[in-house]
Formats: sequence, structure tokens, C-alpha cells
Amino acid sequence: MSNHQKALEALTAIHGVRGAMIATGDDGIVVAEAVMEDVDGGALAALASSLSHRLEAAAAAAGGGRPGFLHLQATAGALLVCPAGPGLLLVVIAERGVNVGRARLEMARVAEIIT
Amino acid sequence: MRSVEPWVVAPLEGFLGESSARLVLIMTSAGQVIAQHGFTRALDVMSAAALGAGIMASAQELARVITWPAFTTVVHQGTRQGHFLARFETPRGVMIGLVVFGSETSLGLVQLFFNQLVLDLKHAAPAEKQPPQVLPADFEKELNASLRTLFGR
Repeated sequence: MSNHQKALEALTAIHGVRGAMIATGDDGIVVAEAVMEDVDGGALAALASSLSHRLEAAAAAAGGGRPGFLHLQATAGALLVCPAGPGLLLVVIAERGVNVGRARLEMARVAEIIT
Repeated sequence: MRSVEPWVVAPLEGFLGESSARLVLIMTSAGQVIAQHGFTRALDVMSAAALGAGIMASAQELARVITWPAFTTVVHQGTRQGHFLARFETPRGVMIGLVVFGSETSLGLVQLFFNQLVLDLKHAAPAEKQPPQVLPADFEKELNASLRTLFGR
């Protein structure tokens, strides 16, 4: 098992996390993934990367600098994204009841390992 | 966007709307253009179709030589734009899609929506029919008719 894969396992062990992946920030391509079977990893990487790019542009236009963490809360769950080293994104999808604080702490730790 | 096959129009329009691709070319594996978006000169579209078909043919042959399953996708990633080239099957035979995209989208999004385009084309394609035989005398007329459709002139 690769180091990236091991790092992702730490995230998927959190109750309520349905999948975690490392994706390229520019291309939106999967680098490593640990997601449930019903989750389309390719689509998740592409859309999360696109969303992250757009928010980065919006934040830059507003003079806010580069976003450090993205938390999108939907009715059925949450999408969490953070930068993970040069050109990479760490993406997590979770159920509505996930402990976001814990997920966020673990994501910061994993992002540091990857970097 | 222009197409010589009407069933290609709706799926391709959907793809263009979602992917933000700059240029798109749908062609047969022989390099015959089915539809195009973004090209302004006939010479460009014919060259791109011939080169795209040639690249896919080379990739197929390379896969055969090294006894691998056929390559279906080739990506050229440049600094200002990327080229996505993919081979897919439809009820009307094997086709090739060439997508040129810039920084306003990403390879992941292009790939994602291209997969959807392939599914939509498979559903929209009428059953395969034998193409009418083009006689040498009619060849130029057929070619000009296709170019008129693809470029509107």
C-alpha cells in the first residue's frame, strides 16, 4: 500500500466519511483514492478541483488570498477540500452527521504528510 | 457548432455547454469529419482530423505491438492548452473525438463530460447503415457538400 493510500485510510476511518482522495489541483485527475463503491472518483476529483479553482478566483478577486480550506455543506452531506502540497488537493466527502472538526484536523495532518 | 449528422448535434451541444472546450472535432476512425465546433477554416479542420485519426491509429498499433489492450485516450497537456483525443464505439461505428481546452476548464472536467458525450451519442445514434457508394465522379460534390455543412458556406 502506498503512503498516499495509507494517509487516506486514516481519513476514511472517521465515522461518516464516505471517501477521501488526492487529486491534481489543475487537472482534476485522481492521484490516489479510497472511496465507497457508489462514489464516482473521477467525477469527484474533476468537480472538486473545478469548484476549488473558482473559489480561489473569487477569493483572490475579493482580496482574500488563497483559501486554506473549503467546506461545502449540502443537505445530504459535506464536501471538504484543502491544498495538500504543490499542485495537489485533498478531497473528502462525508455524510451530514460527520464530525467536521475531527475530519478537518485529520485532513490537515494528512496534507502535511503528503507535502 | 456544425454537424453533417443531425443526431450528433444535441449531445455535442450538451458537452460544449458543460466542458467549456474551445475546439471540438468528432470524426470517424478514417478521419472523416462528422461534426466540429470552433474551427473557422476548412483546411484546419481537415488537417486536425487527419492528424487525430493518425495519432489514434499509431496508438492502436503501438498497443498491438506491445500486446496491450487498445489505448482509448491520448492527452497532450501544454502550458496554455491541452488536447484530449479519444476513440469510442457507437452503433454507427468507431469514432474519434478531439477536444482542445484551455485554463478555463480542466482535463478532469473534459474527461468527465466526454464520457457523458459518448453515452449520449450511443443513445442518439441510429442503427448502422451501409453508406452509399461514392463514385469518383461524385467525390468532389460529396466533399463540397460536407464542407458547406461544416462551415456554412
